[in-house]
Amino acid sequence: MAEVALRNVVKRFDEVEAVRSINLDIPDNEFVVLVGPSGCGKSTTLRMIAGLEEVTAGDIYIGGEIVNDLPPKDRDIAMVFQNYALYPHMTAFENMSFGLKLRRFPKDEIKRRVDNAARILDIAELLDRKPKALSGGQRQRVAMGRAIVRNPKVFLFDEPLSNLDAKLRVQMRTEIKRVHQMVKTTTVYVTHDQVEAMTLADRVVVMNGGAIEQIASPHDLYHNPKTRFVAGFIGSPAMNFIRCHMEQNGAGLRARISDKISLPVPASLTARYQPHSGKALILGLRPEHLTEPRRSDRDQNCEFDITLDVVEPMGMETMVYFTVDGQEICGRVDPGSAKGPGEVMRLHANMNHMHLIDPQTDAVL
Amino acid sequence: MTSAALSAPAKRRLGARSSLRRNRRWALITSYVFLVIFAIFFLIPPYYMIVTAFKSDAEVAHMATNPWIIADGITLDQFRILLTQTDFLTFFKNTVIVTLCVVAITMVVSVLAAFSLGRMKFWGSSVLATGIFLTYLVPDTLLFIPLFQIVKAVGLLNSYWGMVLVYPTLTVPFCTWIMIGYFQSIPKELDEAALIDGASHMQMLTKIFIPVALPGIIAAMIFAFTVSWAAFVYPMAFLYSADQQVLTVGTVTSLIRADVYKWGMLMAGALLAAAPPLVIYAFLMDYYIAGLTAGATKG
Repeated sequence: MAEVALRNVVKRFDEVEAVRSINLDIPDNEFVVLVGPSGCGKSTTLRMIAGLEEVTAGDIYIGGEIVNDLPPKDRDIAMVFQNYALYPHMTAFENMSFGLKLRRFPKDEIKRRVDNAARILDIAELLDRKPKALSGGQRQRVAMGRAIVRNPKVFLFDEPLSNLDAKLRVQMRTEIKRVHQMVKTTTVYVTHDQVEAMTLADRVVVMNGGAIEQIASPHDLYHNPKTRFVAGFIGSPAMNFIRCHMEQNGAGLRARISDKISLPVPASLTARYQPHSGKALILGLRPEHLTEPRRSDRDQNCEFDITLDVVEPMGMETMVYFTVDGQEICGRVDPGSAKGPGEVMRLHANMNHMHLIDPQTDAVL
Repeated sequence: MTSAALSAPAKRRLGARSSLRRNRRWALITSYVFLVIFAIFFLIPPYYMIVTAFKSDAEVAHMATNPWIIADGITLDQFRILLTQTDFLTFFKNTVIVTLCVVAITMVVSVLAAFSLGRMKFWGSSVLATGIFLTYLVPDTLLFIPLFQIVKAVGLLNSYWGMVLVYPTLTVPFCTWIMIGYFQSIPKELDEAALIDGASHMQMLTKIFIPVALPGIIAAMIFAFTVSWAAFVYPMAFLYSADQQVLTVGTVTSLIRADVYKWGMLMAGALLAAAPPLVIYAFLMDYYIAGLTAGATKG
């Protein structure tokens, strides 16, 4: 059990700076997910913690100790790889016990630990099988078992679910969460899938271009993104970014998004956005906050008519796409109230959930 | 909509399917024809060898008999004389010693070389790997002249231990090359997992890479075995007394005296000499093929 800390960590591959001076503190037993698009440096960061990549500059601490120059085996970490990386010539039992055998654990202790891990992962009856005879999900369980038996200070997961099909991925996601609750260990998990990040993490680290954009709890990340990148990356379908002009309207403010449509800023947010009055900004509004007029206490001023371009029924809800001033916007409406493409539909914008973004700095105001 | 309008495309579809089947049948017939020709062409010499080995000298020499069948009854005389009255057993023993040593040396050197060149990226490793392969491209018919000087200098001229020294120059480069490819096809996560599990480089090689690459290693082993079992130029050049001679050259030199060819014994000797590779191939064939096609498909 240990905390992990990164201090001004930099990784350079020749001329390319893959990781740019990142700082991160992970307390004991926390489940942290590094998320971001491919090439954002998340895997490199994980591999530096594992000791599979050297650190160009900065320090990595595990349990309060600088581990920059320690080889992976002396860092007391365990890692689960995307392609499982099981030893193909060994049975599941041998795969899981390999690390313990190399560390010269007594036989009965090895057996006890493997059996325990197999029980947690529900793979007890698969221990005699070789990886070839296991399904993708079972292989990933064995790979997790190999990590668990070591009882390491830190678990590292490198996109462990990317090779599984969609259904199994959801299953294994729950499994990983369950295992973490049973085997409390500091965990660093890398994924490009924001749903995985949101569902698993105690805290999410959003990375982009080798730097950290924001570190926050999933809830916070969703509701209070700090940058345009985070706002757009978290949530599916992505947040709508709509060019708008902030206009003074008596004591209040209005966000004008086209000649016809101008949406009032709620009174609770007026003070916050007052300094930006008169500026050209970007209005961020998630699809779930663009719905058919629903509640009785709705604000009639926030309603407007649009012509639908594309309609995507999802069963539970229907996505509607329309264009305002050449910008495609997505709304999320009740299937019963959705109109067909080409038809006019009345939508309601829940401006209490609006975000304003400065197009110059991409910061959320 | 009439029925004629409906049936026209249906007919066309049926026609397309039957022409597909006909196509496949032609492809099969053609392949069988060529495979049979190929098989016959390559099986005639061994067949001739086997038939002749079991004939008596009189029948072999008799011009009127059919060379393709044994007319005067099967006899083991050729084998008896070969094994009792010639140095054949000495040649066989020498060949076995040389081959075992060469295979052992080759495997140790090339597994270590391939592992370091293929997996432990270091400065110049790819140039070195190519360089090793280039040495294989120099034919032994050219190399034996300078090698003669070397073998003489180390005092191994006319000793089969000289063969143990020179055969690896043929086997090591090719085996290393085969195994570099094989080791490189093993995903790098496997060594990373082993590193994290706490394996040293040597443990990684012995506990992970050698078992995983076994098909490739066996393919390389068969190659080394074949080369050293069947080598002809080097023993011809470096060995000249019968007690040091190996099978290939020994059989030929001792059983052909001037223009007298002891065909029966030559064939019996060839048959006995071909037996060990045949047995080994038969047992390891599946591994050999798996090794040669490694990396062709995933998993």
